[in-house]
Amino acid sequence: MKDYLTIQDLSCGYPPSFRLGQINFSLHKGRFAGIIGPNGSGKTTLFKGICGDLPLLQGNIQLDGRNIRAMGLKDRAKRIAVVTQTTEALDIPVEDYVLMGRMPYRSQFQFLESKQDHEIAEKYMKLTDVYHLRNKHMLHLSGGEQQLAAIARAFTQEPDLLLLDEPTSHLDISHQVQILNLIQSLSAELGLTVLMIIHDLNLAGEYCDYLMLLNKGKLHSKGTPEEVLTYTTIEEVYETVVITQTNPLSKRPVVFLVSNKMLLKSEENKSGEA
Amino acid sequence: MERKYISWLLYLLIVCGLLILSIGFSLIFGGELDFSLIDLPRILADKSDPDNFIIMELRVPRVILAFAVGGALSLSGAILQGIYRNPLVEPYTLGISGGAAFAIALVIVMGWHRLFGSLLFPFAGFIGALSTIFLVYFLSIRKGIINIHKMLLIGVMISFLASSSIMFLMSKGSAADLHSFVFWTMGSLDEPNRDLISVMLTSSLAGLALSYFFVRPLNAMRLGEIKARHLGFNSALTVRMLFILSSLLTGICVAVVGIIGFVGLIIPHIVRLIIGNDYRIMLIGSFLGGSLYLIVCDILARSKMLTESELPIGVVTGMLGGIVFIAMLSASGSKIKLS
Repeated sequence: MKDYLTIQDLSCGYPPSFRLGQINFSLHKGRFAGIIGPNGSGKTTLFKGICGDLPLLQGNIQLDGRNIRAMGLKDRAKRIAVVTQTTEALDIPVEDYVLMGRMPYRSQFQFLESKQDHEIAEKYMKLTDVYHLRNKHMLHLSGGEQQLAAIARAFTQEPDLLLLDEPTSHLDISHQVQILNLIQSLSAELGLTVLMIIHDLNLAGEYCDYLMLLNKGKLHSKGTPEEVLTYTTIEEVYETVVITQTNPLSKRPVVFLVSNKMLLKSEENKSGEA
Repeated sequence: MERKYISWLLYLLIVCGLLILSIGFSLIFGGELDFSLIDLPRILADKSDPDNFIIMELRVPRVILAFAVGGALSLSGAILQGIYRNPLVEPYTLGISGGAAFAIALVIVMGWHRLFGSLLFPFAGFIGALSTIFLVYFLSIRKGIINIHKMLLIGVMISFLASSSIMFLMSKGSAADLHSFVFWTMGSLDEPNRDLISVMLTSSLAGLALSYFFVRPLNAMRLGEIKARHLGFNSALTVRMLFILSSLLTGICVAVVGIIGFVGLIIPHIVRLIIGNDYRIMLIGSFLGGSLYLIVCDILARSKMLTESELPIGVVTGMLGGIVFIAMLSASGSKIKLS
């Protein structure tokens, strides 16, 4: 399969205090990829480098065989949609907010939204479960609802590549699952390539089919969840004792945390048995 | 049609209606002579009528000026609020008017206008405004983040600095200049120079038209500059172009009528409350609202309700605006945030 997003020898950051370097990976079209790693490992820096919010110090990013930095902003906006961690609490209705996703498609003097724009926005508002909030102002929504609206806006942009920074951080488990299911099914249906920063290793393991683990500004390991989410890797990178098992239904890896108390207890038991 | 568009249209119709009414009222009322509305068409038609002279030569230019200046200042305020994403920002609070006034005062004291003609005033105003806006911007921005507290303070300080510098220049100037100087800094719609009035009208209408080139990026920038880039807009370029546009509008206004404060604060605020925060309607809505507001303020200033003689219009807008500004700032739990 042809690579859709290729990142070669990328380096970016805020030298001298932090620098992310030697990042190489490529994603096929339709991949659902996750970026994981401890706090301060460079996840957001990598994300900003790919979005174009941070200048690259080195390397290049190719999208569908074209250098991303050589693309016009408008052209890029039709292909890449970004959902950042923070959503502004704006004093505008949800519907208008979601419709902003159609902006890259309108020409200079096309001031009003077309019927098609409204249909697309409506479709994704329904899929993300914010349609009933469409006349409410963003300001008056909860953090989770704002996040859902932000995701609806990103979909309304009809991108080929969706970049998400912790899209589920403010959501309860039912909405977490709903959004990730939606992204997964659209990714499969439309061939949408997804690159998502995600803290929760279990969600990452369950949904992503490719994971990149960052540590201290370097790409520590990459591969399928089974390859990356092993207890030796996690213990090394996160410096935490964990147990990994396999989800009986999905056959994906699951990571369990163990409290110190229990850990000491189990060691006592072991020594007792011995 | 969308409900949103219908409400926009309705708003525009109402404002235009009120605008026409206020223009009519302003023409027949004030000054030494009042006419009745019924007489107005007859007087306007009869060129030999002495009243025709009063209306055509004195009141029509004044209304045109109020229309153009009110619109330009309010539009400029709406644009600046869009860039800074803060409703307390406008040409006056950012010190832009002060900067423009200083540049113009400098021209008067140095006598440069005698060399280059009176059209040097709007040009000097523009340069003064533009320098101030970039100064405030670069002093209040750190690592791409604007510190709003700092920016408003710097704006106020620049206003003080400018008015002190103007006083310094005045003390250097002749006594004859002094009175007109003081009056000019208070803002007045008495402008005998027809060239300046037509420059003012043309540039404010052109400014309105030009602002619509940037209406989509302005709308996108409601999400912030970075997210506007994600939607395909060059935020940095938009900010710079809009800085130039609002400086141009403010500079010319100050050059022609002096300092008229707070129009750009009150009107966009009210428009936003009525019709929402969409710049497609905000820009024209603020322009027309500002025109209406200044024409009404001018009627108030001429009405001699408070004083024996006519008040400078800057005093009226300054008093009203100051009160609204304080009310906005102190309204707890409101949507207005300083940062």
